[in-house]
Amino acid sequence: MRNASLEAFLPQWLRPCYIVMICLAPLILWSPRLVADQLIVDKAGGSDTYATIKEALQQATDGDHLFIRSGHYLEHNLQVNKSIVIEGEDGAIVDGDHQGYVMVVHADSVTINNLEIHNSKVSYVEDYAGLLFEEVKGGKVTNSRFKGNFFGIYLAKSEGVTIANNELHSKFKRESGAGNGIHLWYCKDIHVHNNRVFGHRDGIYFEFVESSLITENYSENNMRYGLHFMFSDSCAYRNNTFRDNGAGVAVMYTQHVVMEDNTFIHNWGTASYGLLLKEIKYSKVRNNRFEQNTIGLYTEASTDVEITHNEFVENGWAAKVQANSVDNNFKENNFIGNTFDVATNSRQNYNQFDGNYWSHYNGYDLDQDGVGDVPYRPVTLFSYLVQRHSVAIILLRSMLVDLLNAAERVMPVLTPETLVDSKPKMKQIK
Amino acid sequence: MRTTLRILQYEWKDLLRGKWVAGYGIFFLVLTDLLLRFAGSGANVLISLTNVMLLFIPLAALIYGVLYLYQSREFVELLLAQPISRNSLYWGIYGGLSVPLTGAFLVGVALPLTWHGVWTSEALASALLVLGMGSLLTLLFIGLGFWLGFAFYEDRIKGFGFALIAWLVMAVLYDALVLLVIYVFGDYPLEKPVLAMSVLNPIDLARIVILLKFDISALMGYTGAVFSRFFGSAWGMVAALFCMGLWWSIPLWRGQRIFTKRDF
Amino acid sequence: MIRIENISKSFDRLEVLKRISLQIPRGQATGIVGPNGSGKTTLIKMILGLVKPDEGTIQVADKELNGHFEYRHLIGYMPQIARYPENMKVRELIDFIKEVRNDEAVFEQELIEEFELTRELNKPLRNLSGGYRQKVGACIAMMFDPLILILDEPTAGLDPQSSQRFKRRLEHEKDKGKTILLTSHIMSEIEELTDHLVFLLEGKIRYDGSMNDLMQDTREPHLEAAVARMMEENL
Repeated sequence: MRNASLEAFLPQWLRPCYIVMICLAPLILWSPRLVADQLIVDKAGGSDTYATIKEALQQATDGDHLFIRSGHYLEHNLQVNKSIVIEGEDGAIVDGDHQGYVMVVHADSVTINNLEIHNSKVSYVEDYAGLLFEEVKGGKVTNSRFKGNFFGIYLAKSEGVTIANNELHSKFKRESGAGNGIHLWYCKDIHVHNNRVFGHRDGIYFEFVESSLITENYSENNMRYGLHFMFSDSCAYRNNTFRDNGAGVAVMYTQHVVMEDNTFIHNWGTASYGLLLKEIKYSKVRNNRFEQNTIGLYTEASTDVEITHNEFVENGWAAKVQANSVDNNFKENNFIGNTFDVATNSRQNYNQFDGNYWSHYNGYDLDQDGVGDVPYRPVTLFSYLVQRHSVAIILLRSMLVDLLNAAERVMPVLTPETLVDSKPKMKQIK
Repeated sequence: MRTTLRILQYEWKDLLRGKWVAGYGIFFLVLTDLLLRFAGSGANVLISLTNVMLLFIPLAALIYGVLYLYQSREFVELLLAQPISRNSLYWGIYGGLSVPLTGAFLVGVALPLTWHGVWTSEALASALLVLGMGSLLTLLFIGLGFWLGFAFYEDRIKGFGFALIAWLVMAVLYDALVLLVIYVFGDYPLEKPVLAMSVLNPIDLARIVILLKFDISALMGYTGAVFSRFFGSAWGMVAALFCMGLWWSIPLWRGQRIFTKRDF
Repeated sequence: MIRIENISKSFDRLEVLKRISLQIPRGQATGIVGPNGSGKTTLIKMILGLVKPDEGTIQVADKELNGHFEYRHLIGYMPQIARYPENMKVRELIDFIKEVRNDEAVFEQELIEEFELTRELNKPLRNLSGGYRQKVGACIAMMFDPLILILDEPTAGLDPQSSQRFKRRLEHEKDKGKTILLTSHIMSEIEELTDHLVFLLEGKIRYDGSMNDLMQDTREPHLEAAVARMMEENL
């Protein structure tokens, strides 16, 4: 294939122009080839095929199309140095056999589609991944499956890559034995879309990423975070579902993050939360659903975060707002059936609560304007006590607690006086 | 034994005709049904039910235990003049009161659970736990009521007063003491002392065992983990049952001692 | 039949009975009289085992009581105030006592008819008048044909006709050789029914002997006067 004459590639009607072509040949050979070759890898052998991916990669030039036929290929440290398309036939499995990286991409604009990548090496020193993109611009990973890898897809110092419609499973039981599913480090303009990640350490990991999007992903049963997001300004994640992850989702040390239409559900454990915001500034949390998490939303040292139109349903604590969080605005959220609505660790409060619906509210609305006439204090005395002495939680649902809460509500002594929703809605916000 | 059963059986009939026990059962029936209609899922209903149960059963059982002794004074004297032993009579009265009261609770809760179809699947174990704890509390607080009732057989006001105080102490003030301990010794690791304190109060014990069952242990953080591990272990269950057993048997035994020795 | 030796009893430091000894003779009717608070009811309750003596012993049919209960098969007791489980019907109460005693209710039907209880049988006890309650009590006390009848103010609350009928019944029982122990405030009734008299005063026995002897000694026309005189002498 490699040495086939150019003539063979020309359609019949162009053959008369062969002479012209010959004349132009020096030009064509000098420039990047205009027409790509197809390289076929087939374990079973056959004419004009390569037995190993490695050989094919060595022969590939930019723009080639590498097609891997169905089969189990035990190969590792496959280096992709040309801008090519790598595509698998259904059932094509590249298995690193725990020897190192499975595939490493150094070239720009590489597309990987419909491939199955297994078993990168587990190490405590190096982050061996099923698929590593290192210092590239452009590229795609689509419709591929990753199983038993230490890290799944690892992007380092890359730009403009799309990761879409992939599925990643880790089979490791302990956190130290599992890397992250989709791991981005120093990247820019990345789109992570519609992937499903299960059982990794962190489902999706962002560190020093800029201007990137995370949409419609599903991250479940990961050992630590469904999404672990740090130092990544001006990114957004939308319409994702994070479910049953060890600690939930952590978004930290970042400005201008948009978090919309996500579902944080059943992150239930002694130290779990739906969403942790740590040192987040100028960001938006909108239209999300927090359901059955130990803590729905946990904010620490965050400022100017707009938290609107979210649903907090049946969480242990709907929101824990540490006192070092200021100027955050909770507006028009629904708080329904949470054990505690809001907890904080200080009598000081510099955050606003306005126009939310609280299912625990039992005030009245004489003027029938849909807004309760009595302010609502979402921090109960008990939640304050528990915050100070965690062992006090043992009195949960004791009658004493109800009495104390009622007394405190009438005359706040220990709970933050300014943490008040003065316009609580009477009805759930649609 | 035969006489005990006779007494139990007649008293039972007598009680069932009275409106108290029926009212008690209907209260739980209506409560459970309403909760199932309006509070949503099975677990929520059972937790709300537990809240009411922990408050109401000890109070009702204590008051009714004391009240019944005062009401049936003549009946007791009539029977004491008959050729039966005081022990048979005592256990007969106790059984005759605790069986219908426990039954009313069980039926009152179980019927709505049945017609709302909650008995299926994963709610079953939790529901059984709630019913079991409710029954245990009923038996235990009737016993406590008997002790107080017989100790102050001549002075009803005192008997009722102490019953109310006993309830207040165990349902509310004891927890205040726990809270005080937590506050005063907040700098020390308190999980184990608090655990010990909770096991000593049957209302707290029932509350915590049920809460842990409902997976609220995750809310309870480290404390919950310590408690979960304790009650999850064979030792913990034995200790819990042992304490419940003590709370059941000591008042009943004291009541029986007073009953067999006193003058009528 | 009943032997009481050196019995003392105090309630809260108030001495009710002070070292009393006496014997209730077999086959006779014994009346216990005395002013209010003299210890009559306490004495009766002790014989029944309802009240336990601080000191002394009691024997019924030659057996010391000492916490036993079987001897009560020999005794039929009719209390002073007859109150019963309110919701129970008369029929059920009678059946219940039958079950509890496990004795043969020899005179059940006879007594029910004699005290005109037939129509009351299906009424709950709470709907019964005081008189009928008293009759139910009498019925329960006598229907097992016990050797000993202990009756605490039995005729209180009965109308004259029933009272007469009851007394005739008692005489009949006495004739059959029953041992009867009776308290009453109505002296004429004691005089009419009993052969033997025990007079209690301030916890002590003031008189213990036959009725005839007492009447002869005091030379009073009737018992009431004799008792009154004894009380005056004590002062």
